[in-house]
Amino acid sequence: MTLDLPVIFAALMGIAILAYVVLDGYDLGVGMLMPAATTAQQDLMVASIGPFWDANETWLVLGIGLLLVAFPAAHGIVLGALYLPVTAMLIGLMLRGVAFEFRVKAQGWHAELWNWFFWLGSFLASLAQGFMLGRYVTGFESGAGYWLFALLVGASLCGGYVLLGATWLVLRTEGELQQKARAWARWGIMWVALGVALVSVATPWMSEMVRDKWFDFPRTLWLMALPAASVGAGIFVWRSLRPAAADWKPFAGAVTIYVTAFTGLAYSIFPFVVVDRLTIWEAAAHPSALQFMFWGVVIVLPCIAGYTVFAYRVFRGKVKGGLYE
Amino acid sequence: MDAAEAFILARTQFGLNIAFHILFPSLTIGLGWFLLYFRVRYECTKDAAWLATYKLWLKIFALSFAMGVVSGIVMSFQFGTNWPGYMNKVGAIAGPLLAYEVLTAFFLEATFLGIMLFGMNRVPGWMHIFSSVMVAAGTTLSAFWILALNSWMQTPAGYVVAGNQLIAGDWLAVIFNPSFPYRFTHMLLASGLTAAFAIAGLSAWRLLYEPSDRSATRTLRVGALVAAVLVPVQIFVGDLHGLNTLHHEPAKIAAIEGIWKTEKSAPLVLFAVPNEEKRRNDYAIEIPKVAALILTHDANGELRGLDDFEPDRPTVAPLFFGFRIMVGTGVSMLLLSWFGVWRLRRGEPPRALLWMFSAFTFSGWIATLAGWLVTEIGRQPWLVTGILRTADAAGKITGAELGASLTVYVLTYSLMLLAYFVVITHMAGKGAQA
Repeated sequence: MTLDLPVIFAALMGIAILAYVVLDGYDLGVGMLMPAATTAQQDLMVASIGPFWDANETWLVLGIGLLLVAFPAAHGIVLGALYLPVTAMLIGLMLRGVAFEFRVKAQGWHAELWNWFFWLGSFLASLAQGFMLGRYVTGFESGAGYWLFALLVGASLCGGYVLLGATWLVLRTEGELQQKARAWARWGIMWVALGVALVSVATPWMSEMVRDKWFDFPRTLWLMALPAASVGAGIFVWRSLRPAAADWKPFAGAVTIYVTAFTGLAYSIFPFVVVDRLTIWEAAAHPSALQFMFWGVVIVLPCIAGYTVFAYRVFRGKVKGGLYE
Repeated sequence: MDAAEAFILARTQFGLNIAFHILFPSLTIGLGWFLLYFRVRYECTKDAAWLATYKLWLKIFALSFAMGVVSGIVMSFQFGTNWPGYMNKVGAIAGPLLAYEVLTAFFLEATFLGIMLFGMNRVPGWMHIFSSVMVAAGTTLSAFWILALNSWMQTPAGYVVAGNQLIAGDWLAVIFNPSFPYRFTHMLLASGLTAAFAIAGLSAWRLLYEPSDRSATRTLRVGALVAAVLVPVQIFVGDLHGLNTLHHEPAKIAAIEGIWKTEKSAPLVLFAVPNEEKRRNDYAIEIPKVAALILTHDANGELRGLDDFEPDRPTVAPLFFGFRIMVGTGVSMLLLSWFGVWRLRRGEPPRALLWMFSAFTFSGWIATLAGWLVTEIGRQPWLVTGILRTADAAGKITGAELGASLTVYVLTYSLMLLAYFVVITHMAGKGAQA
């Protein structure tokens, strides 16, 4: 068979990471919004992500797992260069994950403490992920400008997750909390717009590769469809935040922003897996390993998609509170 | 800081992380099947006490599972950062096994756990039971893949050399490598025992507060009975596993038994302080010929000593003591579970017995950790026996980065473990509520 396995696995890794960013993005966003809600609302917010966060986080394991097993040479370089932000992210994810469990079981000031850990964990993980992305796309260059750029991406991703979290709450809650969520979503979208504008201006300066790929007429004209779609989706989210609009629309719009932004990013980097250093073919694992995994993925991934959709169907509708039924 | 120190830090960090992680799967693999039993009993009897029991243990399961998930994610990063040489050399074999674990087990467990936890009133009864089956099966499948990989590192098989790396020649031989069936069975039983003693122990704890709690009385019996059945099976399987190790990794056995020189009719060393410098046991208490008898089934049989393997042999002390802690814990578990089952059948248990079971709540963890240290340290200096040395797999992470992250991990893990103990003893103390 003449399948280009490295390309297939790069696509799979991309899908896993995109799935992670969207899915865990909304629950990290909900976590970051916690301090803005009342205690009763916090319980509803946590209940809305309760059945999903474990599985959502598993997409990160799959994404990183595919990087490790399909592109082992890149795994060491990328995660070695990002060692400290990765540690920060992991600590954040740990705090968030266990705080989720502990906050319902603790009482009094303990519960309040775990609520803060839940917020802190969500925020730390989000900031670290954005920071890692910023370091990654610039090829881990050293220099104050590059670090500042990474921080900027980190802050923007936090805004992006807040947007996802808020629109998720618009979809899953009602009444006063939903009203609040609409207001949060508006702040989120302004935050994202500012962040994306700054990052878009800064990126071509930071990375020659990105500049060459995007500013190459007449291809540029076609490529402009992607940012145009992002802006369109942003406007769609803003307009559908009116109470009259259907509750699913803001979330769908926010997901669209992520899909278009991610496609743009993937286009910028391909075929590199370590920017400017390693292509996916250079970093790929031995064909025998890819072949063996390929069949597993072909069989198992549709099953995963199937029961994930099933789980989301089981828990569709508005959360009414009461975490454990 | 020099490379040697960074290497020690890398090992400490990875070892600490895995030791922390292994606690939770070792509980949840067994607990998943107990939960299924509780759930099915409720479905058959419609007795609210079974439902309350199920819900209490489901919460403890969810908490333990979350601890396992978050510490497991750390591992998926540390494989590459701490041991890049490992992936370079054997990634084509280790990688797919890990990938299959994520694909076939992790998503299954996580997704259906959501339905188990929050979906009881949203799906039909059979679907809820099916979810419980999927979660239990998922935890067991994940043990299958990770132990296939771990066993392969101990007793590699089915590989072909391709340039600088190894690739799989025969995947079935890779997965079902010589030590895998023993190790996998040993681990599943260990997990069953960990869960059984945790259930019995926490139920006994509850009964100390509230002697009339029906749910806790039941779960104490279930836990004690399962333990009483599984401990002897485990001792038998453990013995087979030991013989398998003697065949494939004789240096490990020599270190466990404290046999420094190849000899006939080696004695069984009950206790000693291994002296690495002088290569002998100090303060030894021995039973003549018994080690030879146990391991070769012949009192005059010859056992290879550590001198045969120099310099590629593990440090003796951790294996020697770790093994004795494991076996000692196992024997105490046998005595307590048998006595407990016998005493529980005669009527209300005395408080002293309840205290004993409470004290043994985490005995499974002690035995599992001790056994795991024996098998992993026993593989040194190899990361993959005969193929890759641990030192050759280390990465370029600096000592400062390792030290900083290690400190943060230690703090976080201590906080998590403390909170975990407080919460589960509190939950168990309150008991099951319908």
